[in-house]
Parts: sequence; C-alpha cells; structure tokens
Amino acid sequence: MSDSVPERFFLSSGQAKDIRNAPVLSMEAFQDAVIHAVEEGGRISALFVQPLHGRSMRLWAMLSQDSRSRILPLCTDTEEEAFPSLTPLCAQAHWFEREIHEQWRLLPKGHPWLKPIRFHAPYRQNHQQPPAGKGPEIGVTDFFQVEGEEIHEVAVGPVHAGIIEPGHFRFQCHGEEVLHLEISLGYQHRGVERRLLGGPGNRTIHYMETLSGDTSIGHATAYCQTLEALSGVRISARAQVIRGIVLELERIANHTGDMGALAGDVGFLPTLSYCGRIRGDILNMTGLICGNRFGRGILRPGGVAFDIDAEMTKALLSRLDVAEKDLTVAINLLWKTSSVMARFEGTGAVSREMAELMGLVGPAARACGIERDARKDMPEGIFRFTQIPVSTWNTGDVLGRAHVRWLEIQRSIAFIREQLQSLPEGQLQSTLPPLPPDRLAVSLVEGWRGEICHVALTDSQGRFAIYKIVDPSFHNWFGLAFALRNQQISDFPLCNKSFNLSYCGHDL
Amino acid sequence: MLDTLLARIQQKHRTIKFPDGPPPELPDRFMGRPVINSKDCPSGCARCVELCPTQAITQSEGFGLDLGACLFCAECTRVCPRQNIHFTKDYCMAVRRRDDLRINDVRRFQHAMALDQCLKRLFGRSLKLRQVSAGGCNACEADTNVLGTVGWDLGRFGIQFVASPRHADGLLITGPVTENMRMALLKTYAAVPEPKIVIAVGACAISGGPYKDHEEVHNGACDLLPVDLLIPGCPPHPLTILDGLLRLIGRIET
Repeated sequence: MSDSVPERFFLSSGQAKDIRNAPVLSMEAFQDAVIHAVEEGGRISALFVQPLHGRSMRLWAMLSQDSRSRILPLCTDTEEEAFPSLTPLCAQAHWFEREIHEQWRLLPKGHPWLKPIRFHAPYRQNHQQPPAGKGPEIGVTDFFQVEGEEIHEVAVGPVHAGIIEPGHFRFQCHGEEVLHLEISLGYQHRGVERRLLGGPGNRTIHYMETLSGDTSIGHATAYCQTLEALSGVRISARAQVIRGIVLELERIANHTGDMGALAGDVGFLPTLSYCGRIRGDILNMTGLICGNRFGRGILRPGGVAFDIDAEMTKALLSRLDVAEKDLTVAINLLWKTSSVMARFEGTGAVSREMAELMGLVGPAARACGIERDARKDMPEGIFRFTQIPVSTWNTGDVLGRAHVRWLEIQRSIAFIREQLQSLPEGQLQSTLPPLPPDRLAVSLVEGWRGEICHVALTDSQGRFAIYKIVDPSFHNWFGLAFALRNQQISDFPLCNKSFNLSYCGHDL
Repeated sequence: MLDTLLARIQQKHRTIKFPDGPPPELPDRFMGRPVINSKDCPSGCARCVELCPTQAITQSEGFGLDLGACLFCAECTRVCPRQNIHFTKDYCMAVRRRDDLRINDVRRFQHAMALDQCLKRLFGRSLKLRQVSAGGCNACEADTNVLGTVGWDLGRFGIQFVASPRHADGLLITGPVTENMRMALLKTYAAVPEPKIVIAVGACAISGGPYKDHEEVHNGACDLLPVDLLIPGCPPHPLTILDGLLRLIGRIET
C-alpha cells in the first residue's frame, strides 16, 4: 500500500535521506504497507529495530522494489512489548522477526517459529553496553520433531568433518529420506552490530572485512558506499572501476572453489583438484593488486587504497587468460560426465514460487529462474555504467546453482577484461567529511552469495544510531533447509555446497 | 574418459617445489613481518598507537608491536612521519611462544623451533590435525584449506586434516573463540588422544584480532588451551602457515 504512505520517501541504493522527513506510520499501516509491497513483488531487504528513548522502539523495514530500482523505507514506533507478527502473512519476515525478538525482546505476537537464531543475551537500551546477563545455552532449543515408526533423528555439528565453520543441523529422517531439516546457528557470534553503534571508529572497516572473510570485498563495498552516501561524496571513476574489478575477482574465486567442491562432493576428483588450484590463482590476482588474497585493505571510504598501473594491468590480463582457459577445461568436464550429471540433476530443487516466497537471493534465486541481481536492479558504482548480463537457470536444483556459477564466472571474466582495458583516470581516494546527523542510507551490493544489504542511521551527532548488516546467507539458510525436504540425507553435503552459505556472515 | 585424460594433460603438474626449491613468488605489495625502529621517533608522537585498530602498538614499556594482534592493515605506516614501521616481504612469522610475537627494535625475532625429540619422533613424519573454527571469518580457514590443494600438497609432508578429533594428533584453531564455541572447542580438544598439540592460526585465534575484548569472545585460544605454535596474520598467507607447520615438524630449521 505504498500509495497510502503519506509522503513518498523512496531511496535508491547509495542515496541518503533526512530521517526527520520519514513518515512514521501507525503499526497497522506499517504492516499493511509491508505486506502489500511484498505482494507486489517487493522484498524485505532488512527489517530491524532502532531503540529510541525510554522503552520506545522504532521498527524499520527496507523494501526493495527491484523492478523500479528503488528502496521503500517504512517505519513505525512502538512502546509496547509486542507487535503483531508479519510472518504468518509474509514468510520473508520469518528470520528477521526472530532476530528482533532475540536482540530486543520485542515479541512478534503470533510468530509460528519463535526461537533464537544466534543465542546471545538481549541488548540493552543503551546497547553499546554488554548484553544483559547470559544468553540461552547455544544450540539448546525445542527442535521441530517428527514422530512415528522408523523415524529417526540425525544431529550434525557444530564441529564438522572438513575445514569449515561451525553450525548445527538436525535432520528428521525416515530411512534415507529427510522429512525436515532444522538449521541452528549462532556459534560464530562475535557481537559485531552492537559494537558498530556510536561508530564509525578505527575498527569499523576491519569488522566489515571480517564479517564474512570470503566476502571481504563485498561487505567492504557495501560499507564504503553507505558512508559515501551519508556524506554525499562521489568517488572517482577510476576508484569505481577498481572496486568493480576486485568485487568480480572475489566472485570468480569463490565460484571456482564451489565448482571444485561440488565436484568433490560427488566424488569427481579431477575438477576438484583443478578448481582448488585455479581458485588460488584468482586469489593471487587480488593479492597482486593489494597484497592480500582476500582483498583486505583495498577498499576504504572515499575510494580505494591501491592503484592498478599499466604493468599490473598487463599481468592481470595475461593471468586472466590463463585462468579462463584452465577453468573452461576443468568445469566443462563436469557437464560431460554422466555420473556427475546424475547426481546434480533434480537434487535439492527449489521451485520459483518458493524462492520468491522465502525471498532467496543470489545464485540460489537465479537458479530458479528469478532475474534478481543487485548489479542490475540496484546499480551503484561502475555498475551504473556497465551491465553484466544476469545469469539464470530454470531448474532450481544443484545443477541450476552450478550452472549459474559457471555463467557468472565467464561473465565476470569478460567484465574484468573490458574494465582493465579501459581504466579511466581519477583520484584514488578522497577524504570524507564528518557524517551528517539524522541521515538514513542503504547500500545494496551483489556479493558472490547474493544481495548484501547495509543500512546506516546517524544520530544527532552524526554517529551510527544503528548499523544493520544483512548478509545474503541470512535470507538463504532457510532455503537450504527447504531444499533438503524429501531428499536423501546423503545428498546433504552436495546441497549444502551448492548454496555455500556463510556462518559468520549470518552470526555476525 | 578421453576428455578427462586430455584435461589432465592440459592442467599439467602444479605442485610447488618448496621447501626443497624456492617458495612461490609473493606479490610486491605483500605485507610480511614488520620491522620497527623507534630510535628517532619524534617525542610525543603517538599517531600509530592511536590509529592501530587492535592496539597492537604500545609505547608504555618501550615501543613495541604485537604481531599476534596485528591485522597487517599497515595504517601505522601511512601515518608515520619517519617510516619507522616497515612491513617486509618476510613470510616466516610463526613462533612457539606468545611472547615471541611481541617485537621491538632490539630483540631478535625468534622463529618457531621444532617439537622436542619425543614429539618430533611421533609427529615429524605423520601429523594429523583437526581444524576447529571458533568464530573465524573463513579466511584463515580457506587459506589453511588451500594447503590441501595440488599446488601445495600438504600430504607430502605427512600432514593431513582429519574428520574426527579421535584420529588427530592436535588441533588447528582459527577465530577469536566465541563464547558460543568455547564448549565445543574444549570438548574437541578433550577428544584428541594424548600427546597432542595446539596450533593457533591468525590474529583472532592468537589475540581476538578485530574482536579483541568483545564480551562475546575469549580473545583467542591462548588462555583456554596450551598453544604450541602461533601463526600470525589476517589471514596468514598459505606460505606462512606452511612455513610454520614445517618448522614445527623440523623440516625447516634456519
């Protein structure tokens, strides 16, 4: 019901607005507007609480209207201890409302699945202080249970078999068939969002670069763009292009690793071996630019800290050619191997309707045929000038997610090649003025896992009154749980890898 | 089948010769072990100290830098008027004792020594490790994992990551050790049979890294478990990790 919003208060990604002009809706109007916007194809990119004075809290929703390249921020104030849950009418709100309850003890009344998501003590009103008391014991919650003859339960984690992050998976099985999977996270919770308040400070950029270490560039891009939006600074064309290049290198490196790991999970070792090595070659290209294989230190608010000179351009172009050739051979082996295809096809399928309903993002959404890509829908930086074609598939299964990754690798390589050949001139970094007070800015970045959403609200002194981070994994973990329904439990590693979600990016 | 064989030929043999041959080339902008020279620091200047995100630089008991807390962001070098802190390309940074990471301009850097004779006899040619990420951001994990790829081939040294702590000779820990992982980490440690070793990889596992002093974390593994090898970095380069592991088992001695 965006039309009923008293004043139109839209944002585009990377734009800031004065919060004092934000229309504060009644709780009922807020709920109607959120539900209506989602029904019309909008998505909840973020839903969170901003503590005001006393017991008063402001509920914010950032609704992305992809087809119109704009974000509709909605807010409502409450002094109650509860609000009517949106989840029964709008499944996308599910995880967000659990987060709100865990952080602020603000109860979404009627939420069908209200459990902790990170297992920490609630925040205090002055939430820079340590959380109040001890949180619930990690992993102890009333897991959904299936009962019946020959039903059994399988519990996995937090410590897994490989070199991966911790999380707990609880399967309800009938024989080999998974009837239900519940994913319980929080093991990586480091208290980042709480520490961002009152910022930015010396550590802020380092939090961003380590929110999810494999997405250092994605999150740092979202952070820098948010700060630049708040302070109204435009960075140079050269800095924009360099940011775009490293963002796409990050995508290629991770997708390459995933293609190898998918091969490994079906026991096809050639592609596993080759992709593992080629991934390193791509990381080394990022290392060539900034000294660090994960791109730590390359992005700074106001621009980039490292330049790409002519000699480096030449080296990068030639390495890119080699990597592309090696990757083409390594990955095409997969499509030609029937034993691989037999395992990929039809495994862990998610329908387009369910993906829309859950609000999936990234390759997981595109594999279901949804043309959702922040580089096209909410372009910022270089993506306002150069479009990378959106890669989709229509099967929604492991094969689909693999195919989307391979298409994206190829298109990102083409993009980087084109950008390197025409690097514009410009200053690398400009200095940001102090942040203005009472501003709202949102930045959406298409990281390799999908949409990264950062929302900043400044207080009357220009410090962060709230800094909300939504990693793409936050939207997609439930998608993985759903993809496992009626699958063989032995296909879990394969399905898991085909989503490859972040534990620390979710746990923050 | 033929395609698979042709691909095998096309992809070539890729395992590095190191440590018998030269190490892989590091980029010019690589930041390795820093050296400091505080003798001509202008009096009263504390710009690097103020700017360091993890308070790795201290002035109170003489000028020093804690490599275990350093994120290698090099902000300090950018504000120093005299370039008194300088990051070299030396990738060898692993040590055996926490104190050896606290560097200053007098003390000589003490590289990691090999395990004692008894443990070296046990683990020198076969070391099985269980990796535990306890709040790690997946960068240390990824660059540890990469050692298993054909390029590095950790298996040729008898070092292998295993699925169960029961099969392991020790733990390799990453992350600042969140409160939510503390119990799982201690249980995993308890499940490793004696004698066992502990390796802490990355600034987080050594000191808490950027999460140092958060109520939600334990500032790394050092206060919870006896740590035998510390490998600093954010994340450490795979070569730094490999160098540390090889020093520990006595394959690199200089």
